[in-house]
Amino acid sequence: MTRARWIPLAVFGLLAVLLAAGVWLSRKPNREALPSPLIGKPAPEFALPSLHQPDRIVRATDLRGAPYVLNVWGSWCPACREEHPVITRFAETKRVRVIGYDFKDARDDALRWLEQFGNPYWLVVADEAGNTAIDFGIYGAPETYLIDAGGRIRWKHVGPLTDAIIADELLPQLKALETERGA
Amino acid sequence: MVRKLLLVLLTAMLVIGAATAQVADRRPLQFRDAAEEARFRDLTHELRCVMCQNQSIADSEALIAVDLRREILQLMREGRSDDEIRRFLVDRYGQFVLYKPQVEPSTWLLWFGPVLVLLAGGGVVWHVVRDRARNRGDVPVATDDGGEW
Repeated sequence: MTRARWIPLAVFGLLAVLLAAGVWLSRKPNREALPSPLIGKPAPEFALPSLHQPDRIVRATDLRGAPYVLNVWGSWCPACREEHPVITRFAETKRVRVIGYDFKDARDDALRWLEQFGNPYWLVVADEAGNTAIDFGIYGAPETYLIDAGGRIRWKHVGPLTDAIIADELLPQLKALETERGA
Repeated sequence: MVRKLLLVLLTAMLVIGAATAQVADRRPLQFRDAAEEARFRDLTHELRCVMCQNQSIADSEALIAVDLRREILQLMREGRSDDEIRRFLVDRYGQFVLYKPQVEPSTWLLWFGPVLVLLAGGGVVWHVVRDRARNRGDVPVATDDGGEW
């Protein structure tokens, strides 16, 4: 009789734990970001024109040999403007090539945007139609990928980059890549 | 004079508005026949829009949904089966894109959890009812004493 009395409290306790777990699991500010199923898989074999020289086609194979960071942006994307100084600072450290992926953007708008805010990219490829982006699992901007020397996707971040994310997530991944190659 | 100025202003607003927009091809999709349209509708209603995540790819007006609808129609016309199209999207965007996640070890709790909770609740109810029934002899039944109730 007295044992049964504790059941409602136990059920309440269980529910409280469940709800607290739910709250803790959604603590990240960008909880709508979809985790990429492509981590560890080879990046799509893309062939996209360079933004500045449209008759030059850049292929995924051309970029092999060293890791690179692929930053998806567009002149229509306000968060990309927020992210821009962070990308610029990171690109200036010349730690790794930072390649721009101009997503669903008109060429003139993109060129004007880069002229206005500065061009931190080693190279900018243009995906105006957005078909290659589907292969990457890109669904908006800004998004950033870390791709290794062999062409595998190692890390993806959805949303604007911050110095903290670069320090806490990107740089350790990069270090891990470099030790791999060294070993 | 004022009208001309207004016209110039309106045109300028339109141009500036278009200049900061994504390159979008929002032309409505043309279907070859009713069967294709029905299959397309069923398929796209089962898939989640990756941007507006509370809508299906069929309903969402987000640009990525527009692009994915076109891509799905293209894949249908290339002869891919429904399963192949779903696999195509899951490979790129993850399980989340399906409204019906696959039944596999990582989703067992999702699929069978509610049934387990229902069974547990049912078990508790059964216990309580059985205990009450067993103890009923000890509790005097209220007699009708002619009161209002």
